[in-house]
Amino acid sequence: METVTLTIKNQPTLYLEADTITPDNFSGKKASEIAALHAYEGRDQVTLGKYFEVSGEGGATAEDTRIVVKGNVSRVKYIGMKMTAGEILIEDNPDMYTGAWMHGGKLTVKGNVDAFAGIGMKGGEFVIEGNAGNYLGAAYRGDWRGMQGGVIRVKGKAGSDIGYFMNGGTIIVHGNTDVHVGTHMEGGKIIIKGNAPSKVGGQMVGGEIYVYGGIDVMMPGFKYAQDEELEVDGEKGNFSLFHGDTGERHPKRKGQIVYGKLYLRN
Amino acid sequence: MSEYLIKNGFVFDPTQGIKGDKADIAVKDGKIVKSTEISSKAKTIDASGKTVMAGAVEIHAHIAGPKVNEGRNYRPEDKLFTYTPKGAGKRMAGGFSIPTTFKTGYEYARMGYTTAMEAAMPPLFARHVHEEIKDTPIIDEGAYPVFGNNWFVMEYLKNQEIENTAAYISWLLEVTKGVAIKVVNPGGTEAWGWGLNCLTIDDPVPYFDITPAEIVKGLIEANEYLGLPHSVHIHQNSLGNPGNYTVTLDTLKLAEKFKAKNKFGREQVLHSTHLQFHSYGGDNWGNFESKSKEVMDYVNTQKNITVDTGCVTLDETTTMTADGPFEHHLTELNHLKWANVDVELETAAGIVPYVYSPDIKVCEIQWAIGLEIALFTKDHMRTFITTDHPNAGPFIRYPRIIKWLMSAEARKERIDTFKHGAKMIEATHIAGIDRELTLYEIAQMTRAGPAKSLGMANLYGGLAPGMDADVVVYDFNPNTPHKPDDIEKAFSRAAYVMKTGVPVVIDGEVVNNGNKRTIWVHAKVNENPQVMRDIKDKFLRYYSVTQANYDVSKHFVPNPYVIEVDAT
Ligand SMILES: [Zn+2]
Repeated sequence: METVTLTIKNQPTLYLEADTITPDNFSGKKASEIAALHAYEGRDQVTLGKYFEVSGEGGATAEDTRIVVKGNVSRVKYIGMKMTAGEILIEDNPDMYTGAWMHGGKLTVKGNVDAFAGIGMKGGEFVIEGNAGNYLGAAYRGDWRGMQGGVIRVKGKAGSDIGYFMNGGTIIVHGNTDVHVGTHMEGGKIIIKGNAPSKVGGQMVGGEIYVYGGIDVMMPGFKYAQDEELEVDGEKGNFSLFHGDTGERHPKRKGQIVYGKLYLRN
Repeated sequence: MSEYLIKNGFVFDPTQGIKGDKADIAVKDGKIVKSTEISSKAKTIDASGKTVMAGAVEIHAHIAGPKVNEGRNYRPEDKLFTYTPKGAGKRMAGGFSIPTTFKTGYEYARMGYTTAMEAAMPPLFARHVHEEIKDTPIIDEGAYPVFGNNWFVMEYLKNQEIENTAAYISWLLEVTKGVAIKVVNPGGTEAWGWGLNCLTIDDPVPYFDITPAEIVKGLIEANEYLGLPHSVHIHQNSLGNPGNYTVTLDTLKLAEKFKAKNKFGREQVLHSTHLQFHSYGGDNWGNFESKSKEVMDYVNTQKNITVDTGCVTLDETTTMTADGPFEHHLTELNHLKWANVDVELETAAGIVPYVYSPDIKVCEIQWAIGLEIALFTKDHMRTFITTDHPNAGPFIRYPRIIKWLMSAEARKERIDTFKHGAKMIEATHIAGIDRELTLYEIAQMTRAGPAKSLGMANLYGGLAPGMDADVVVYDFNPNTPHKPDDIEKAFSRAAYVMKTGVPVVIDGEVVNNGNKRTIWVHAKVNENPQVMRDIKDKFLRYYSVTQANYDVSKHFVPNPYVIEVDAT
């Protein structure tokens, strides 16, 4: 595996939209070719080389390419967008849309990510060692097809509206989240190891939400079903299962109504 | 003094009966002229080995106004990854099924379309429609105000007051700068305000106590009384419901007793739009089947009717119509987001995204029905290609529809990859049709036919001397072997497009924003104090705006082309 290191040298005045920072785009390219890749600052088309020092070179394929992003990238959006393979390590705190529409590979952020990280994600592994912002693993604005697959793991806490319109895949938050978890969720799994204040599973049609801590205010559309002993994220626990959101339409499977499942750890 | 000579192309022009003969087209000052009328300084465009047609005419699309814009607003996901940055003389443009106004103009022009009609203008929001038309570059545009659920119309027609109806229509066309009488689900949209619908032509409208049949007949009579360029343009009752083809035939038969009366060469008294949505058999989605044969067998015998196809293109799109109840029905079927707007006294609109999937049997059958309507047609001067953009698919798919109509092989390729191909074949006729339309028939369906139906055959849709110089060159040689995809490719990106004598597209790229005009119809009638009083009264009593704020004033229509009609 070849490693490309991007070290930020000039801060953009506006925000930099750098969706070209992916193993797919860097593979088969030398440092100078990578520096010549396009990005947008406002309405101006610029090159990555204007802002980043590039060293190393891409591997033969995306799979053989690893990217390390160093320095203050808090004004850089879209790192890892649509990546299909390979690895990215961001050492600091990137701005919005990190790992958006990611298909595969591994993306690790040492710091925090801003809003819309991993939206529309289809596959791969996305690890955030710090905190995540709002709309983590959500659907794009207006879309009813949110996260489809892959795993997002947040070691810290997450913001509001995570897993909005989620259809598949897994989001694990080790800390607390803000309001609106899994709104309109139709599939997939959200595991919150801390607390979620309120609006958990609103208009949820299918899928599973696990909350280890507490929910301050439950949605009125959830009904207690039974207690279950389950293994979640590699550890066993006892959970109370609630069905919901009963205010929403639900499909039938084999004559049985399929509900969204909300598990509260006992 | 700009002069052009488009040389040596294979010309297809139904207005002159030219079927692919090699000919030169001469242009002087925005008009087609005889080759002898231009000087030796004329700029030559070499079209040898290529197809030459007039600019195409769109007879029915939803491309401007509040409904379209509400679609843009509530579907940001339709724009995702579609934007192109601004370029020389070109604005930033994007969107797929509900493109920006700029993209609308660019994309029509790139396919060789030079005129388009917005198919449903709510009169109250005519200003918004015209603001968007103004911002749609290159193509000439007009808009059809909707009348079929209008309180004035229903009250006058209930008392069979044709003259008053005509006077009201004349007033409304003038204040909204409209082109023709559009009727959407006659009576049904008003009934929807009462939680009801009109699913046959004899269902009475609540309160107004009038039937869809009476509304349609009355409007046809008023249209011919005025002698408008276009006929009544109808979106029929019971759109999109299994078994609706009987309602369709009932409505079409209403035209039988009327005769076209106008000075524009129009022969039909009724244009029935997006016929695909109205040619359904069965009584539920399980036994849903094509009735295109039954419908077209009737249409083929009636010179009084023109139709457009409303072809399903198998895309993710956005449905939008003034047929409010239908959109509610649709959101209950697909559970996707729904927007609904009521337009006081006049009409309403609903919007729902829709994914026509090649893995869903119903969608496959709808795809077949749209094409069957075109393939069963005997006279292609009376059947036009549309997708009821964006309802059955985006207009940018016209080249693909042309490919399917011109190539049985392309249709077979499509059917072979359907998930329910065998069941679809059972419910339709498409697999048994080997007809392949010719370029001449395509020119009838997209140029000469719609222009004649609109009563604008003196301006558009042909290459005869005296007509507007809307000329298109496609990089397609009809006399050499080709693959079906070559057709789609050539029609997607015209090699050369001229709009009223100005080159606007070269090699598939927009090079000039042209001299876009807004077409509207000024129908002069005798003074009618009663109607004027009624209008004043309705504004005082019911409208939320004053009459003075209703009129589309001149600055909304900066470059008008007015068609004059005298019904005094
Ligand atoms: Zn329509």
